[in-house]
Amino acid sequence: MDVLYGIPILGVIFQFIGYVIDVTPGIAPIVVGLAAPIALGALCGIMNERSGVVNIGIEGMMLSAAFAGFLVAGLVHQSMGSVEGWGAFGITPALLAGVATAIIVAMLLSALHAWLSITVATDQIISGVIINVAALGLTGYLNRLLISPNPRLGAGTFSTFRLPPEVVDFPVVGWILEMFVEQGPIAMSVIVFVIVLQVLLFRSRWGLRTRAVGEHPRAADTVGVNVIRLRYRNVIVAGVFAGLAGAYLTLEGTGSFQNGMSAGRGFIALAAVIFGRWTPIGAFGAALLFAYSGAFGQAVRIRPPGADYPELGTIMAAIPSQVYGSLPYIVTIIILAGVVGRSIGPAAVGKPYEKEAHG
Amino acid sequence: MTDAVRPPTLEMRGITKRYPGVVANDHIDLDVRPGEIHALLGENGAGKSTLMNILYGLATPDEGEILIDGTPVIIRDPNDAIDRGITMVHQHFMLVPVLSVAENILLGDEPMANPVFLDRRAAHVRIRELGRQFGFEVDPDAKVGSLSVGWQQRVEILKALYRNANILVLDEPTAVLTPQETREIFAVLRQLTSKLGTSIIFISHKLYEVLEIADRITVIRRGKVVGSRIPAETDEEDLAELMVGRDVNLTVDRGESHPGEAMLVAEDVRAADDRGREVVHGVSFTVRAGEIFGIAGVAGNGQDELVETITGLRKTTGGRLSLAGEPITTATPRELHEQGLAFVPADRHRFGLVLSFPLTDNFILNDYHAEPYASGFVRNDDAIRSRAEECVAEYDVRTPSTTVPAGTLSGGNQQKVVVAREFGRELKLLVLDQPTRGLDVGSIEFIHSQTIKRRDAGTAILLVSAELDEVLELSDRIGVMYRGELVAVVDAREADKEEIGLLMATGGKISPEATKVMAAELEQVS
Amino acid sequence: MTTAKEAERRANAPLLRRILRLVAVPFVAVVGALFVGAIIITLSSLATGQLDLTLALRAYADLFQGAFGNLRGILFTIVTATPLILGGMAVGLGFKAGLFNIGAQGQFLMGALGSAAVGAWVGGAPPLVAVPVAILAGALLGAAWGFIPGALKAWTGAHEVVTTIMLNFIAGAVIGYLITGPLEAPGYGFSRTGELGNSELPLILGSTIHLGVLIAFLLVPAIWWLLSRSTLGFEIRTVGANPDAARYAGMHPAVLTILTMSLCGLLAGLAGAGQILGISHFMTASYGTSIGFDAISVALLGRANPWGIMAAALLFGAMRAGSGLMQIRAGIPIEIIDVIQALILLFLATDVVIRRALRIKAPSAEPTELQTATRSYGGTT
Repeated sequence: MDVLYGIPILGVIFQFIGYVIDVTPGIAPIVVGLAAPIALGALCGIMNERSGVVNIGIEGMMLSAAFAGFLVAGLVHQSMGSVEGWGAFGITPALLAGVATAIIVAMLLSALHAWLSITVATDQIISGVIINVAALGLTGYLNRLLISPNPRLGAGTFSTFRLPPEVVDFPVVGWILEMFVEQGPIAMSVIVFVIVLQVLLFRSRWGLRTRAVGEHPRAADTVGVNVIRLRYRNVIVAGVFAGLAGAYLTLEGTGSFQNGMSAGRGFIALAAVIFGRWTPIGAFGAALLFAYSGAFGQAVRIRPPGADYPELGTIMAAIPSQVYGSLPYIVTIIILAGVVGRSIGPAAVGKPYEKEAHG
Repeated sequence: MTDAVRPPTLEMRGITKRYPGVVANDHIDLDVRPGEIHALLGENGAGKSTLMNILYGLATPDEGEILIDGTPVIIRDPNDAIDRGITMVHQHFMLVPVLSVAENILLGDEPMANPVFLDRRAAHVRIRELGRQFGFEVDPDAKVGSLSVGWQQRVEILKALYRNANILVLDEPTAVLTPQETREIFAVLRQLTSKLGTSIIFISHKLYEVLEIADRITVIRRGKVVGSRIPAETDEEDLAELMVGRDVNLTVDRGESHPGEAMLVAEDVRAADDRGREVVHGVSFTVRAGEIFGIAGVAGNGQDELVETITGLRKTTGGRLSLAGEPITTATPRELHEQGLAFVPADRHRFGLVLSFPLTDNFILNDYHAEPYASGFVRNDDAIRSRAEECVAEYDVRTPSTTVPAGTLSGGNQQKVVVAREFGRELKLLVLDQPTRGLDVGSIEFIHSQTIKRRDAGTAILLVSAELDEVLELSDRIGVMYRGELVAVVDAREADKEEIGLLMATGGKISPEATKVMAAELEQVS
Repeated sequence: MTTAKEAERRANAPLLRRILRLVAVPFVAVVGALFVGAIIITLSSLATGQLDLTLALRAYADLFQGAFGNLRGILFTIVTATPLILGGMAVGLGFKAGLFNIGAQGQFLMGALGSAAVGAWVGGAPPLVAVPVAILAGALLGAAWGFIPGALKAWTGAHEVVTTIMLNFIAGAVIGYLITGPLEAPGYGFSRTGELGNSELPLILGSTIHLGVLIAFLLVPAIWWLLSRSTLGFEIRTVGANPDAARYAGMHPAVLTILTMSLCGLLAGLAGAGQILGISHFMTASYGTSIGFDAISVALLGRANPWGIMAAALLFGAMRAGSGLMQIRAGIPIEIIDVIQALILLFLATDVVIRRALRIKAPSAEPTELQTATRSYGGTT
C-alpha cells in the first residue's frame, strides 16, 4: 500500500481510494438512512412523472408531513403519557398516529397538486413551487404558534432494528445485511417499496396504463383508459411516499422539527428520478449515491484521513468543511448536468390533458 | 341476406357539433351497411374528423343520435364505443412508441393472469394468431417506435382486430404510405369485409383512392353532407366539385420550367438525428434556378434532418453545401436568410410561427433586428405595423387585425402568414417542407400557384413532402430518399408513380426484374 | 380556444375594461388570501386562549397602520419593497424567457456577499468610487450565480428549477465559509464582514430611503422598455414563447438563456447589494433572508410585468413593514405574512377557476405566465 501511496500525484488518488474503502463500512448504515427520504421522494416523483405529471412540490409535501407528523405524535404522546415501545422498532401509538397524519397531510397536498395541474391545468412546475412556498410558510407559522411555546413536545423516534452480533460478524453478507436491515421501520421498508413498485410498473395492468398515459395520453384514451382518473389516482397515492419521507425526518431520523428541515431533499429526489431513468431501482441507486456523498462529508469531519494517508490528509484538511457539507447539492448538479441530455423521460410529462379533441 | 331487411350497422342522424365560432357538423346523416366500405370524403376542416370523434366518444354532439344495428346508443367515451364494437385508426397513429407491439395492442383490454399481473403469454398467442390469419405477422416484443410507418399502420389494424371490431373507422390511413403499401392495406380491408363482415368507414380527401376502395361515398363540405355517390356512377371531377363546392382544377398548371445556373449544390451531405445516429448518409444533388426539385420519401427516411441541415438548423456531420457558389455548409439560419434562402417549415407551430405573438411580430420574425424594423437596439413599431398591413393585403390573410395572436387564425391563414413572410422578398432558394399539410383546397391552390410563380421568376425551389401526389404535381425533377440516401433522381415528365412508390418503399435495392415481379404480385393481391 | 375575432374584440375593449381584466384575478387573489388568513388568525386564537372573533380585524388594522399609518411607516414600506422589486424582476424576467428562476435567493445572497466584501475593501476610497464599485461587485457576483444555472441549462439541459435550488444551498455554504474564514473582520467577537466606510449608500430621503431605492424604482421602466421596445427583449420573449421558432429566426436560444439568467442574477444581486450597502452595512455568516422566495410570489402576482411586479412588491413590502406592529400589538407571529403570501399564490394558481366564477375573460389570448414555465423538464429538451 505504502508503495502505491508514495507515487507522486497518482498516489493521492490511490490514497483517496484507500480512504474511501476505509470509511465506507462505517458509514454504510447511515447511507441507507440518509437515502430513505430521497428514495421515497423519488418513488413519489416516479409515480407522478410516469403518468405525465411533474411534481416539484415533493419538497413541500415532505416538509408539511414532517411537521404534521411530529405535531400529532407529540400531542398524542402528551395526552397518553409515556408508553412502552412495542417490538423491535419501539412502536408507540403516538408514533403511529404521527406517521398516519404525515401520510394524510402529504396526500391532501398531492390532491391539491393533482387538482391544480390536472383539472385547473395550471403550469405544473408553478403548482409545485406554490406548494413548496405554502408549506414553508404554513409550517413556519404553525411552528412558531404551536411548537415553539412547547419545547418539550415530542414523541421520540422509532428504534433501529438490531441484528444479532453473530450475523453482523459474517463476512460481506453480514455487512450488507447490516446496511439494509439495521434501520428503523421506514428506512427498512424503502427497499420493499422499491421492488414492489418496480415489478408493478413493468408487469401489471396499472403499470402498463401508467406508462402509456405518461407517454401518449390520447392513445391511452382512445383505447378506453381514463387518463384523468389514472393521473389523479397516481398523484394522490404517490403522496403516501412523500408523507413517509416526511415522517422519516421527524419520527425516525431526528425526533424534532426545524423550519425548512427537508433541506432540498425533495429536489434531490427529482434528480434521482432522472438519474435513475424513471425506474424505482435506478432511482434508489441514485438516492444511495446522493446519500453516500452526504455521509462521506460527515465521515470526513468525524474521522479525517490521518497519518495513513499523508498527502491526502493535507489536501482534504485544506478544503473547507462547508464543501463537504454541500456535497449532496454539488453532486446533484453534476449528475443532472452530466446525465440529463442522455436520459429521456416520459414524453407527456408536464402537459395537461384535454379530453375533447377539437376539429 | 339483403340490406332491405337488415338495419344498417351504423346510423348517425342529425349530428350537430358547434365550436366557438364554427359549426363543425351541421345535421349530418350517415348510414353504413354490414360489410360495406363507406368512404367519407371531404377536404381538411370539412368536419370529417369531428364526426368520427363523436362516433368514437372523443367529442360530445350538441344534437343528433347514433344507432347501432337499429338501436339508439349513447357514446360517452371511447370505452362505450369499444363496447359497441367500434374501433378507430387515427390519422396520427395512437401508438405509444416506447411500448412493445403487444403492449400497444393490449392496452385498455388487458388479459390478466391474476387480478394484478398481465397474462403476456396469452396475449402473444392471440396476436400471432391474428397476424397469421390476415397475412402480417409481427413480433409482439418489437418496440413500436422502431417499426416503419407501414407496419405501425398494421399494428393499428391489429388493435382493431384484437377487439373484434365490427365497425372500423380509418382516418386518412394512406396519407403516409407508398402506393404499394396502400394496396396492401386495401387488400387487408377487403379481407375484413368479406371474411368477417366488418363495416368500414374510410375517411379520405384523395379522390382516386375513394373511387378504388369504397362501395359508397358520402361527401361532406363545411360541416354538411352535400351528396352521396356510388363509385360506378361518378368520377373524380364530379367528386371534386362536390367536395370543394366549385369547379376545381385538379392538376396544377405548372407549364415549362427554364432551369438556369445551379443554386443549391449538396455534395455528400451527412447529418445525424437528435440522438447522434447518422440518418443522412452522403446525399448529393443540385437545385437550379427556376426549377422545382422535389424530394419524395416515406416519413422518417432522413428528409427532416436533410432540410434542417440545408436551412442551418442542424449541423452537417460531413459533406459540403453551397448556395449560388458560396459555401454554406456551416452557415447559420441568419446568414442563410441574408443570402436569400427562405424556408417554409413542415411544422408551422414549431418553427414557423410564435402562436402567442401578434401577426405583426410574426411577419418580421427573421428580420426583427434589421432596418427598417429596428434601428440598432430599438424596435421600430411603425415599420413593423406597415409591413404587416402590406403582407395581409398582398397574401389575402383573413384576419380582423394585424395585432391578434397568430394562434387565433385558421391553419390556412397561419400558413399564409408564413408564406407571406418567406416569399415576400428577393430569393435565391426556397425550401418548402410539406407546405400544404392539413390545409383546405383553396389554401393549397394558392400556395401551389405562388410556388410556380416564384419558380418562373427564377427562384430555385426545393420541395420535400411525404405526399407523393404533391411532389409529382409540382416538381420538375424528383429525388427519392430511402434510409438516408438519395436512391434515384428522375425527370418529372418521365416519372412513373408506381416506380417512385417502389423506390420509396424499397430503395430500389433489388434488381429491376425482381421489382417487376413484386409489382405483379402486388397487383394480384389487390 | 379563442378565435381571432374574439381576440380582436378583447384588444379593442375600453381601457377600463382591459385594466379590470388584467387586475381582477390578482385582486381576488389578494382579497381571498386576506380572508382565509383572517380565518387562520381567528382559529389560532384558540391555541393561546379562547376564540377571539375580532382578533383578525385588529391584526389587519395594526398591519395597515404599521405600513401606512405615518410617513415613517410609508417610507419603511418603500424600503422593504425595494429588494422585492428587484428580486421580483429577477424572477419575472426569467419567466419571459421561459425560465423559472427559483435561485433569486442564492443570487441575492451572493450579491450581498460581493458588496459586503468589496465594499469593506474599498471603503477607504472616496464615495464616488467606493459606492459604484461596491454596487457593481454585488451585481456581478449575483450575475455569476445566475450564469451557472443558465449555462447548465443551455449546454447540458439540466433544468434550472433543480439546479438553482441546489445553488441556493451552496451559496449559503460559500457565505458560511468566507465570512468565518478569509473575509472575517477581526475584533468583533463574532463573524462578520468589515466596516463599509465610504461604500455605504447615501441616504436620499428621511433616515431610511437610500440610493438603492432610487435605482430599483428606475429599473422598473428600464426593464419594461427592454422587454417591450428593444430587439433583445423581443429575442428574450421569442425564446420564452417558442425556442424552435427563435432558432429558425436566427436567434441563439442557448446564448439568450445564459444571458437572461445572468441578467436575472444581476437584478437579484443588486437587491442583495442594496440591502447590505444601504441598510445592514455588514454581513454575518448566518445572514438569513426570505427575499428570494418572496420574489417568486411577487413575480407571479405581478404577472411577470415590471409594473405589475412593482405594485406586488409594494403590497408585500407593506405587509412586511406593518407586520412588526401587528406582532407587538395583536400578538400574531409575523410568519402569518408567509401564510398570506402562499394563499395569494394558491388563489393565483386557480386563475381559470376565478375567471369562470367572475365571468371575466382573459386579458388577451396569450397564455399567461402561469402556464408557460414547464418546458424541457427532465430529459426532454
